[in-house]
Amino acid sequence: MTRTYEDRSQNFDWNLAAAELGHHAGDPINIGWHCTDRICALGKADKTALLWEDFRGEQRTYSFDDLRRLTNTFAHWLEKLDVQPGERVCLFMDRVPELYLGFLGVLKMGAIVQPLFSAFGEDSLWTRLDNAGTCTIVTQKKHVRKVRKILDRLPDLRHVVVVDADADKPLKEREVALDLHGLEPVDRYEVHPTTAESPSVLHYTSGTTGQPKGAQHAHRSLISQYITAKWVLDLREDDVYWCNADPGWVTGTSYGIIGPWANGITQAVLDAGFNAENWYRFMEKYGVTVWYSAPTAIRLLMKEGVELARRFDLSGLRHLCSVGEPLNAEAVVWSEKAYGKPFHDTYWQTETGCMVITNFPGMKVKPGSMGKPFPGITAAVVDPETGEPVPQGQVGVIALKAGWPSQIQTYWNNDAGFRAKHLNGWYICGDQATVDQDGYYWFIGRDDDVINTGGHLVGPFEIESALLEHAAVAESAAVATPDPVNMEVVKAFVTLKPGFEASADMELEIMNFIRKKLSPLAMPQKIAFIDQLPKTRSGKIIRRVLRAQEFGEPVGDLSTIMND
Amino acid sequence: MDEMKESILEYVIHEYLDDDEDEDIGYDTELISGGIVDSFSMVSLKRFLENKYDIQIPDADASPVAFDTVNSIAALVQRFKQA
Repeated sequence: MTRTYEDRSQNFDWNLAAAELGHHAGDPINIGWHCTDRICALGKADKTALLWEDFRGEQRTYSFDDLRRLTNTFAHWLEKLDVQPGERVCLFMDRVPELYLGFLGVLKMGAIVQPLFSAFGEDSLWTRLDNAGTCTIVTQKKHVRKVRKILDRLPDLRHVVVVDADADKPLKEREVALDLHGLEPVDRYEVHPTTAESPSVLHYTSGTTGQPKGAQHAHRSLISQYITAKWVLDLREDDVYWCNADPGWVTGTSYGIIGPWANGITQAVLDAGFNAENWYRFMEKYGVTVWYSAPTAIRLLMKEGVELARRFDLSGLRHLCSVGEPLNAEAVVWSEKAYGKPFHDTYWQTETGCMVITNFPGMKVKPGSMGKPFPGITAAVVDPETGEPVPQGQVGVIALKAGWPSQIQTYWNNDAGFRAKHLNGWYICGDQATVDQDGYYWFIGRDDDVINTGGHLVGPFEIESALLEHAAVAESAAVATPDPVNMEVVKAFVTLKPGFEASADMELEIMNFIRKKLSPLAMPQKIAFIDQLPKTRSGKIIRRVLRAQEFGEPVGDLSTIMND
Repeated sequence: MDEMKESILEYVIHEYLDDDEDEDIGYDTELISGGIVDSFSMVSLKRFLENKYDIQIPDADASPVAFDTVNSIAALVQRFKQA
């Protein structure tokens, strides 16, 4: 019987979660060890940890003991390569087993793991590797060419590890092959004695200004990720859990690796692009019981209709959750029709490390609401200027009191940027919301210019900087525009240099230019060629005017700040 | 039709695969499920088809299944060229 939200909230203390993990304040704590060695020590060595399949239908199964030995092997191999604790090791791979094994292996040897979305283009990759001073990147042969293009500009990068290198093709400068499954397994490995405050994971996230920031997590995050996975995802001993998120983003590591495996739960992973029929077949085949998805994916499934879902035996599904962007009420209602169960929305962000506002299992779901604060999380909706809580029902920004274990330590090399997100003792999330009389939070919109596309945050600055590198672009502004599937997509307003003309082919050329340089997420899906961008008298582009136009919202009185 | 398929295939290879990539792809290669073209990049592929063949493909018809192979894309284009 699932305990209620009220039960869970009474006398909640994060130390209770730590105690369940056998962790006591001051003791070493290592995420890699907790997700593998500890689970084996609990008598689950032979239990299936990972059910993996790719788009070709290739399958692999790993037990928790396989996980333990292969992560030991990875950690030991990195040590031999001279990677030191505290150094940054980037994982730049599709969802192949080496990504999951490598993640825990890096943590076991005390280095900081930096997962990056494998669809990133070379500019996005360079920005993040350069900022982190990454010493080693682990990748696949299909992605290594992007690394080769930027290698000269990465003096700190000593090793480029290729996990599927062809034996008959010579490797290039700084490259080394790793056949993890072909190595002699390391059965005994001395896990690095990381502490609660030892940095663990570096996830890059976008803001309105400047380049993406490296959100620096610490090993203590395990405590929050373990208990939220257990309670909110309602993970139980016999579950088969599927998280749709890519480990290049925080959901894919917090709840696609750490949370479920710290609970000793079997995970299913599908390394394939979206295809509704394939997804249902995958869930049926592996008997998925708990599914953590995203509104964009749910909306794509909605487009395929209820009938398709009913052609598959999805009766094993017990609990459904969603994250990444607000889950619209229609999707909640539709999921009840299609799967007989509602999706439970969860709210959090890269900086929080764990779910902070959630719809608990058993809690009444108000379709369209993100739920209530997780026990142990002190949340409020505050005035963005003063940091004072606003009266119930009024719009403000979501704010959290520091003190939950998975809050990031800082932004890598940018502590001032992290401090700037605090006001009046609150951490300001940057999302506008209201709270109703029952304590449920309702998302209103972003409080800044960041674009939330398909659950991923994209910063306008990075796109605009890349646009300026195109030979035809004089000036640009990147803003969000509404999209029925992805909630928002990028729209670029562009002025062209003399000698260039706006055309459909020019639009496509610029789209592809950004897709390759940055990523498909950052690619403007619409481009408007205009004569002049709206600017302040001092020449600063006013994105909010363009954004408001896109959303059909009032732009307010701009006469005092705009140029003619 | 064969010319159209060749042209689409050439575009996919040129835009979505790198020159030194030795991936062997053909008219039946799964582009979306196979991770060669993701759902975001589908938008630029759709725009290419619309520009080249002077057609409009409604979003409702631009599904991952319709864009999954060069064969299915060519059939989709053909349908709108005739419409």
